[in-house]
Amino acid sequence: MWSTVFPYLLSGISVGGQYALIAIGYTMVYGILRLINFAHGDVFMVAGILMVYMAASGVPLWLCLPLVLVLTAVIGFVIERVAYKPLRAAPRMSVMISAIGVSYTLQNLVLYITGGLNQIYPTIPWISDNVTILGASTKMVTIITPILTLVLVVALVWLINHTKIGMAMRAVSRDFETSQLMGIKINRVISTTFVIGTFLAGVASVLYFTNYTTVIQTSGAMPGLKAFVAAVFGGIGSIPGAVVGAFIIGIAENLIKGLDIILFKAGLIPGPMGLATFSDAFTFALLIIILAVKPTGLFGEKITDKV
Amino acid sequence: MLLVKDLKVNYGGIEALKGIGFEVDQGEIVTLIGANGAGKSTTLRAISGLVKTSSGAINFMGRDIIPFDAQQVVAEGIALVPEGRRVFDNLTVKENLKIGAYLRNNKDEIEAGIEDIYQRFPRLKEREWQLAGTLSGGEQQMLAVGRAMMARPKLLMMDEPSLGLAPLVVKDIFSIIRDLKSEGITILLIEQNANAALRCADKGYVLETGRITMSGTGEALLNDQRVRDAYLGSTAR
Repeated sequence: MWSTVFPYLLSGISVGGQYALIAIGYTMVYGILRLINFAHGDVFMVAGILMVYMAASGVPLWLCLPLVLVLTAVIGFVIERVAYKPLRAAPRMSVMISAIGVSYTLQNLVLYITGGLNQIYPTIPWISDNVTILGASTKMVTIITPILTLVLVVALVWLINHTKIGMAMRAVSRDFETSQLMGIKINRVISTTFVIGTFLAGVASVLYFTNYTTVIQTSGAMPGLKAFVAAVFGGIGSIPGAVVGAFIIGIAENLIKGLDIILFKAGLIPGPMGLATFSDAFTFALLIIILAVKPTGLFGEKITDKV
Repeated sequence: MLLVKDLKVNYGGIEALKGIGFEVDQGEIVTLIGANGAGKSTTLRAISGLVKTSSGAINFMGRDIIPFDAQQVVAEGIALVPEGRRVFDNLTVKENLKIGAYLRNNKDEIEAGIEDIYQRFPRLKEREWQLAGTLSGGEQQMLAVGRAMMARPKLLMMDEPSLGLAPLVVKDIFSIIRDLKSEGITILLIEQNANAALRCADKGYVLETGRITMSGTGEALLNDQRVRDAYLGSTAR
């Protein structure tokens, strides 16, 4: 039984870590701007495309990695400045439409450049290696992901709770105007938030595409959506919430993918029933149930609308 | 120290300030009194750089601060204790004080400043690690004053510091204001509680629908029949 479940659990933890890194971007931006940044999943995809093209143009991989992360963060910065900052005083719905616009702009741009063909993600040595852990064979990245995720999350939580910029981020997330009265440059704080969020999405893209090996203009949609669900599930605005939510969703989704085999081997069903098909539907059903019971998510605060 | 001249502010087509002028000298307590909607808060928000002015001049220590945004105004040495206290309820008491010193960089001086605030308001020291949202209204007001003081302002502006507080706490707040003055801090105070405000003020201005209609020493305004009828009620004095 265990040997049947374990590989699914393992890949669930890994995918959960990737969702977590993306979900943090959603939750941080929501925390500070009360904006669902619909373009976030596409930035994640663009990070994948950047890697493909950079590696193809002959830049050595060890240099591609940091370059992709930095460039992704720069893209996040630019998106905020161009598409969201001018709408600071506008109703939230307008900013949301702007986010949808950015999302499609990025997708169309990548479609234009790639011609809509699947791009093969470069094989990054070591993390692409096959390993066997407790009898399950997988890629190294599966094991690296949750560890790296936790390290980054701990670092981020430390930054938010123990540094000056972190304190400013917490203040700005609560009250723009009073933050300005303290001398905080709120635009700088908001930019920092976007840079951190997109940087983490860049890290997620390396881990994710090493696992799935191809990138196409719509590659950001599903992981982006799942990460968004994870953020809402955990209580949007809460970083620990987003991380816990992402791991739960990643694990649940992968266990369902293996449900057929697990149930079959346990002798509970006579043959495969194609339950794996429902793994995405399950994710959303889970969200609906949780939100019906606890509307603010697992770690959500009371809903306090900004005045 | 602060010189406001012919200041006009428009709020979505409505002229909230129709050309007001007043002056605050070093070491004074100056108060603006007036009814709701007279433009008191707008005046402070305009000085703070939170709202754009449409014309007029605001001169602080010889510099025109009209083009400054809120962040630059704080850097110039003007701190605002906003209406409704607006402490950061998701930050601890100590962090609220620290964030008041956001533009300062010397850590030792900031720590010393926090200790000073704790001496002035021992209640805050007791609640140092609590989230500011858990404080009572009076304690939050002390924190809001302490937070503004952490910027080491030359001019402290207070917007309705007694609003919504119990009478005993209001007394405390005004005694704090007098203490601050005796330490040489210049204060621009806005109050609906005109009686208490005029009693501690060196100078007062009466604002009515965006215009200054009267001015004088606190004492003179307290004794003025029109002020007494309009703002102090029959039981005053």
